[in-house]
Amino acid sequence: MPAPQPLCVMDADKIDRALTRIAHEILERHRDVEDLVLVGIRTRGVPLANRMQDKIRSIENRDIPVGILDITLYRDDLTTVGPHAVLKETKIHFPIDDKKIILVDDVLFTGRTIRAALDGLMDFGRPRLIQLAVLVDRGHRELPIRADFVGKNVSTSLKEMVQVLLREEDGKDEVLIIQKPEARTSGKSRDRSAARAAR
Amino acid sequence: MLEGSDRTREGAARTRGSARPRPAGRRPAARPAAAEVEPAARPGEAKGEPEPVARLAHRHLLGMLGVTAGEITLILDTAKSLAEVSTRAIKKVPALRGKTIVNFFMEPSTRTRSSFEIAEKRLSADTLNFSPSTSSVVKGESLLDTARNLEAMTPDMIVIRHKASGAPHFLARHCRSNIINAGDGAHEHPTQALLDAFTIREKKGRLAGLRVAIVGDLMHSRVFRSNAFLLKTMGADVIACGPPTLLPPELPRLGMQVTYRMDEAVEGADVIMMLRVQRERQRGGAFPTAREYYNLFGLTSERVRRARSDVIIMHPGPMNRGVEIDSAVADGPYSVILDQVTNGVAVRMAVLYLLAGGTLGELAG
Amino acid sequence: MANLLVKGGRVVDPATATDEVSDLLVIDGRIAERRGKGKGTAGAPPETTIIDARGLLVCPGFVDMHVHLREPGQEHKETIETGTRAAAAGGFTSVACMPNTDPWNDSLSITEYIVTEARRKAVVNVFPIGCVSKGGRGEELAEIGDMVRSGIVAVSDDGRPVASTYLMRMALEYTKIFGIPVIDHCEDRALAAGGSMNEGYVSTMLGLKGIPAAAEEIAVGADLALARLTGGRLHLAHLSTRGSLEAVRRAKEGGLAVTCEVAPHHLVLTEKAVMESDYDANTKMNPPLRSKEDVAALLQALADGTIDAIASDHAPHHTDEKLQEFDDAPFGIAGLETSVALMMDRLVRPGVITFGRLVELMARNPARILGINKGTLQPGADADITLIDPGLEATVDVGRFQSKSRNSPFHGWTLRGWPVTTIVGGRVVHDLRSAAGH
Repeated sequence: MPAPQPLCVMDADKIDRALTRIAHEILERHRDVEDLVLVGIRTRGVPLANRMQDKIRSIENRDIPVGILDITLYRDDLTTVGPHAVLKETKIHFPIDDKKIILVDDVLFTGRTIRAALDGLMDFGRPRLIQLAVLVDRGHRELPIRADFVGKNVSTSLKEMVQVLLREEDGKDEVLIIQKPEARTSGKSRDRSAARAAR
Repeated sequence: MLEGSDRTREGAARTRGSARPRPAGRRPAARPAAAEVEPAARPGEAKGEPEPVARLAHRHLLGMLGVTAGEITLILDTAKSLAEVSTRAIKKVPALRGKTIVNFFMEPSTRTRSSFEIAEKRLSADTLNFSPSTSSVVKGESLLDTARNLEAMTPDMIVIRHKASGAPHFLARHCRSNIINAGDGAHEHPTQALLDAFTIREKKGRLAGLRVAIVGDLMHSRVFRSNAFLLKTMGADVIACGPPTLLPPELPRLGMQVTYRMDEAVEGADVIMMLRVQRERQRGGAFPTAREYYNLFGLTSERVRRARSDVIIMHPGPMNRGVEIDSAVADGPYSVILDQVTNGVAVRMAVLYLLAGGTLGELAG
Repeated sequence: MANLLVKGGRVVDPATATDEVSDLLVIDGRIAERRGKGKGTAGAPPETTIIDARGLLVCPGFVDMHVHLREPGQEHKETIETGTRAAAAGGFTSVACMPNTDPWNDSLSITEYIVTEARRKAVVNVFPIGCVSKGGRGEELAEIGDMVRSGIVAVSDDGRPVASTYLMRMALEYTKIFGIPVIDHCEDRALAAGGSMNEGYVSTMLGLKGIPAAAEEIAVGADLALARLTGGRLHLAHLSTRGSLEAVRRAKEGGLAVTCEVAPHHLVLTEKAVMESDYDANTKMNPPLRSKEDVAALLQALADGTIDAIASDHAPHHTDEKLQEFDDAPFGIAGLETSVALMMDRLVRPGVITFGRLVELMARNPARILGINKGTLQPGADADITLIDPGLEATVDVGRFQSKSRNSPFHGWTLRGWPVTTIVGGRVVHDLRSAAGH
């Protein structure tokens, strides 16, 4: 049986509109942007955070800082799947104590990435609050975590994968739903690593 | 990316890596690495840095011989990312939470052991120190029995320092844990070579094509061997220098230049690596006096001037000031000796981290 | 009793220039007659056991002139009983045992102990070798005359070299009274001190202290000069380097009556085995495994006649002693049960030497060097016979050794050409075929 065509759920225009909307929502909830910072989760949370920074600048004419968080060292599956890619540096060159952090990622799925990111952030200080912004929420949470700002809710089955492509990383902006190829073995680690490749 | 070749390497590694403790006397599998050290595919090329591979091929780090340029780059890149952890207010990440690491040091070593211990703690591993004064080895227990007892406590990794060359290989044959060689006899000290490479790369931006002079008692030096294997693999030029009584045989076959004249060795050098000379070598007749050694092989400011103007001076410590190195040089502007110590933690974190995750091949078997 | 008819094998006996398919009749433990095939049992006594040797090589029983039986004193490694069983399983009908037991075999009482124990328990002939010096300490000569009376066939301080040129001179001169050889382990101890493998490229890579070839060659040179000086009977044990063999070749060309032996492991392994085995102490022996150039020179010297004998240097050690750090493990390997098969597979099969030459090297010459009446199948000789199946392929398994020890680097090697039947004085002491149920 041939694999079905990937289904495009967001194109470049829709992604841009969603980000604009999220930027407005953030500013609505945080009248005072003084203590606001953005932290992007590697890899695709980083360009999304940068774009939100641009949006906020054009609306409010204020630059808010952007940090980069690599959550590899905080994963709970190091020994089941092994290091996945070369570990990248975490770059948060500003104190986060008493700051209001908007954590940015591309897809919210099981919640485990966000759990790791929260642990990571806590090691850098004691922020006043942390909120979560994601481009896509695809459901299937395994932890009690929800997003504060969502670009688009997409209902998916576990047999599907959500793939976010971004100009900065992939050359174009697109969100796709792809049928997962039939797993030859139903090992848990295989599912999880596939889930990470495209969430 | 490099899928095919990676898989081959993993396959080859499995024969060695997955070796469960072998029955005594069984003929062990051959080393996968060729005996001759092969330089990097394109030594000295402007592009320089080889691409890092996805993961280490072996489950132990027994030496630098046989570790590929891609693996070395992986370790150094990982160390660079991990260095950031040591700059935080809370210098700890949970990556190795729940892992038990035994530091099995059968030779006194403050520096290497504390460096490993800090690295382990910054990765949240549980550590256990095991040394002659606290162990039953002084009561005449054999290395094999000690190894079996350690193993019975089911550690995930064993870091071993031992006076006998090959002791880590012995442990690797009889233990299930990942083994990290922290110095075995006159054989290898791979994490020292890696931290030296990290320091050189940090200062010079590359390893390929550099002229590195290694000076001193090369015959008894594990630091020399590991550095020589690593530097040749990464495409550096190595100049070996020391009294002929302290040089091991057949160095040119390892692809390095040999000279007995210090001035010649440091001429135009990018890096000068000084090694410790032990006083007991004098009693063994390898050189007449420390004074004469200093005159012939000591690193002085005058000699440093023969090197490149941006030369860096390294020493694995502990130093014999006034024997192999003048204080003015050791504490001078070219010295990166303390950077070496700092970098040791990041490099050891990288090795521990990569080996901990490297068991996938084993599990997926 | 002890009447045998070995039928239909290819009988190879260099001493009588024999190499043909024929039958061998043994009566009362001695060779009675060699006769053409097809003569059947005619003339054989009524109680004669018939041994079918079709397809086998039939040769004089092999003599291992360099064996450590460890008894008395180190019975945890080997005993006279287990060591001689290992010999029988390996195709040897006689062994000469080195004196470095505990205590050393340096006096009549120890020699008599060995001879008596051997008579009671040994399954092959045991010829003791006595000490050159008291306690092997290298100071003064042992009571060699006393020991000769009780049965030693040579003297040696093996395990160690004869300690000084002066002592060596005395030994070479004194033994002229008895006509026995002085066997030396050639090693300059100052040069070799602390070494655990051959000095060279591999020792550099592995960070192990090397034993240079010169340590052996210096001692060989000194011994040869002393043999020339004294006219004594010199035999050089387990030579391992090209330089040693060149020196012996020149000495022989100059008419010196020197003899020498090599060990099988030096012919089939190089120093690289230490690296390839990741410091397995079963690759640690003294002299150490040498370079491939040395191995080539040894093979050349085997073919051209410079080498007189192959001897196993059977050095059994307890597993716990070998399962140590490479530097701390003792030297030596158990060789009795692998020597003949290794030489069949690695020398005879590829044609490096003929089978006849192998019989010279492993039976006739060792017997002649030691002055013992062995190593031939001529009528009247003791019926010590080894039967070899040149086509039999089997894998070395240390778990099945008759020896008490398991220290062999050849475990897992598949070899072709194995001794199948060992006959001592007309008695079958080992028979693989009956054991296997044939």
